[in-house]
Amino acid sequence: MLASILFTLGLGGACGIVLSFASKVFYVYEDPRIAQVENLLAGANCGGCGYPGCSGAAEAIVAGKAPPSVCILVGPENVAAIAEITGGEAGTAEALKSYNECMGGSRATDRFIYQGVNKCSAVASLYGGKRDCTIGCLGYGDCVRACKFNALAIGAEGYPVVDYERCVGCGACQAVCPKTIIEVSPMSARLMHLNREDDALAPCQQTCPAEIDIPRYIDHIRKGEYEAAVNTIRERNPLLLTCGRVCPHPCETMCRRAIEDEPVSINQLKRFVADIEMNSGKRYPIPCASDTGKRVAIIGGGPAGLSAAYFLRRLGHHPTIFEAMPKLGGMIRYGIPEYRLPKEVLDWEIQGILNLGIDHHVNVEMGFDFDLGSLIGAGFDAVFFGVGAWNDYNLNIPGEDLKGCYTGINFLARVGKNEPIDIGKRVAVVGGGNTAIDCARTLVRMGLEKVYLVYRRTRKEMPANDVEIVAADHEGIEFIFLAAPNRVLEDEDGRAKGLEYLRMELGEPDASGRRRPVPVEGSETVLEVDTIISAIGQNPNLSFKQPGTRLDQLEITRWNTFEVNPETCQTNVPYIFAAGDSQTGPATVVEAIGGARRAARAMDQFLRGKPFIGEPRALLSQKKIGESIFERVPGIKQTKRAEMPELPVQERITCFDEVDLVINEANAMKESNRCLNCCRLCYDPDISIDTKRPAA
Amino acid sequence: MGDFTVLIISSIFINNIILAQYLGACPFVGTSKKMETAVGMAGAVVFVLTMAGMITWIINTYFLVQLNIEFLRTIAFIMVIASLVQFVEMFLKKSIPALYAGLGIFLPLITTNCAVMGVCLLNVQDELTFLQAIITSAAYAVGFGVALVLFAGVRERINLGRVPSPLRDTSIGLVTAGMLAMAFIGFRGMV
Ligand SMILES: Cc1cc2nc3c(=O)[nH]c(=O)nc-3n(C[C@H](O)[C@H](O)[C@H](O)COP(=O)(O)OP(=O)(O)OC[C@H]3O[C@@H](n4cnc5c(N)ncnc54)[C@H](O)[C@@H]3O)c2cc1C
Ligand code: SF4
Ligand code: SF4
Repeated sequence: MLASILFTLGLGGACGIVLSFASKVFYVYEDPRIAQVENLLAGANCGGCGYPGCSGAAEAIVAGKAPPSVCILVGPENVAAIAEITGGEAGTAEALKSYNECMGGSRATDRFIYQGVNKCSAVASLYGGKRDCTIGCLGYGDCVRACKFNALAIGAEGYPVVDYERCVGCGACQAVCPKTIIEVSPMSARLMHLNREDDALAPCQQTCPAEIDIPRYIDHIRKGEYEAAVNTIRERNPLLLTCGRVCPHPCETMCRRAIEDEPVSINQLKRFVADIEMNSGKRYPIPCASDTGKRVAIIGGGPAGLSAAYFLRRLGHHPTIFEAMPKLGGMIRYGIPEYRLPKEVLDWEIQGILNLGIDHHVNVEMGFDFDLGSLIGAGFDAVFFGVGAWNDYNLNIPGEDLKGCYTGINFLARVGKNEPIDIGKRVAVVGGGNTAIDCARTLVRMGLEKVYLVYRRTRKEMPANDVEIVAADHEGIEFIFLAAPNRVLEDEDGRAKGLEYLRMELGEPDASGRRRPVPVEGSETVLEVDTIISAIGQNPNLSFKQPGTRLDQLEITRWNTFEVNPETCQTNVPYIFAAGDSQTGPATVVEAIGGARRAARAMDQFLRGKPFIGEPRALLSQKKIGESIFERVPGIKQTKRAEMPELPVQERITCFDEVDLVINEANAMKESNRCLNCCRLCYDPDISIDTKRPAA
Repeated sequence: MGDFTVLIISSIFINNIILAQYLGACPFVGTSKKMETAVGMAGAVVFVLTMAGMITWIINTYFLVQLNIEFLRTIAFIMVIASLVQFVEMFLKKSIPALYAGLGIFLPLITTNCAVMGVCLLNVQDELTFLQAIITSAAYAVGFGVALVLFAGVRERINLGRVPSPLRDTSIGLVTAGMLAMAFIGFRGMV
């Protein structure tokens, strides 16, 4: 008896002593967060997360290899608590969720009778499925069977419906779907995805330079899910308030509904949800990936610079913006006038981007206050240029430097900064683009006697947005077409007193397809004006690139823009990227945003030291997916598109109040119901489209 | 030498610890969903079981038998195995981090593996010598690994098939295990 007691005690003691010594001798520092996280996990060691035991999962979470939500048993509170421990701010770490592209609808007709195994994978291998629609869901529910969490069910329309409460983002459904209908992608993968030839893309989404998932956000609006709509837009475009107001919406020209009816007011709907967020008084949270500690210098705080900073921040990097002007915004602040984009709205939008944790410095100009060398010395890992196109072209006519002559950008920027300008009574604006129209409409609001717009071709050739031209016309601006300025006349005080121009005729079409104007001999005419504003185009000011500096070997095109690889926006210097007007030449806000996202995608790979993974099937926005472009769309019931409310002309020309107003909720609902949900809904040419929509 | 061959073959196949002796069924079902996990677990079991076989043999022969307190065997073995696993885990973590990364995470799970205990007790029952005990333990562990990896492979395939819902997951797993066990009966004729 004694022996057994002594033995047991002895053995226990020996084990204890050995273990205590071992834990001292073999002590390895372990991140205390691992233990904290493990305490928050379910402790069932069930392996449902795919890691061997809870401690394995905890380690993976702390190492950033697994999201805080891997454990299939913990509730949202613990997920938030875990996110807090691992440093991802609580609530910002986005869980993986299953997304479903196909929205069903009355099924397309069948091409053959299928009697095989009832599995999507089997059906797909037989001529890609029996349905006419080759992109849509097959509806046999392989994903439903793969889902261990009962998060999926085949809905009434015959396509899988995700229960987001239950979905844990395990990805089992995506793995079994033979058609890439159901997708579980982390936020960063969605931010980086470029439109591809084999994606199910509606014509509008193929055309949008920022590649916004238009049918998805319209669908959210239709269901009243405004926050989801805003988040969908924000995946591709951080400047939705701005674009909702000033975008020339190329997407609407490709809208399938326009083939038989008027296009959907896509941009009005964007503005509608963007305004809802702004007026709601709070900001919808924007998730960001976990920190990488990499720093990027962004030169220029215009749309390109702001978007690049936004995407980089969401991908986990740390951008710092350097801006030459006193405030951020670039051309959308100093070019686009108040009555089109109120500064208050712009400030709110930019603040939301900066709130993600983006540093910025204003009143610092590259080339004067700092140069590339100082950025590299300060430890930046990459540099992005979005310096815009701020150099006005000259008219190259005698007298253009007289008192009373201005250039367009210079004039608008001074108005934007509220600087006093010496403007006479009668003005001629030269040019036919957006800048010229904006100058003219600004002048009208300054209370001038007469505003002329002088353009050397005809109205049809004007590059400005059509709505702008119409608005300018309503506001009493007089257009003088087919007129080429010849010289500026001078009065005795050295001030301009008139603009002499030659009348033109349209000749042969030139390389761009526009008919080249040719002057008519002896047709000199004088326009009695005391102020002349020339707005005939801009190019980038790259004067900071001087010989002998680090930027010496940077390649520049003959239009004085950055030479880049169009897919990556990377210049010939590997750590320098560029997008926006300074890379494309004067263009639009959305194009700057699209370019900035491509640049951010490539910079992310560059910063993480990964080999660059291109997208060989990337759909450049000029190219279209053939089978998605229809000739006819039978069965459309004609319904008028929502009219955009405007301030009455008499009222608006006396002040700088915003002209275009937002549509109301009822109209937004009506308008979103006009969308055909192209490439999401099973298309059957024989069934009227308006009856095919799944119940909202 | 011939003796050892017989011992090894019979421990791996004929007396397979899982499929013939029904020990260690819990990790067998629990860690066989993914091939990767199954391989890790198999490796960890080989490691621990060999060590445990060695140490428990020493404890048994030099303490329990000498002091005439064989009735304490179960308790003593439990204590020794649990401490051993903890010790090995700590040792690996510090000294061989690469091996720890591969096996470490499975080690704590083995504390609750009855196959380890079972093998140690069997060694005593069969009155094996030290060398025999080590070899049998290792062979049993290999048998465990073989069965686990085979089973994981089968289960991965089954998951892709259409299983009627009442039978899904563990239920079909047990049915499959039963069939595997029957197949292993076929090895009886080997020796
Ligand atoms: C009058 C006008 C009207 C327009 N209307 C529309 C419209 O209705 N719809 C539309 O889509 N687009 C419109 N555009 C075009 C649109 O504004 C531009 O395409 C867009 O702003 C380009 O963005 P960006 O970031 O490339 O350049 P910018 O917006 O020009 O920004 C460049 C920024 O870089 C800064 N910068 C320049 N050099 C330096 C330096 N050396 N160091 C530091 N900072 C520097 C500048 O100060 C500026 O803030 C209009 C443009 C103009 C001029
Ligand atoms: S399989 Fe996974 S990702 Fe897909 S719906 Fe179910 S829980 Fe979500
Ligand atoms: S109908 Fe809708 S989905 Fe189709 S092109 Fe127009 S806006 Fe896009």
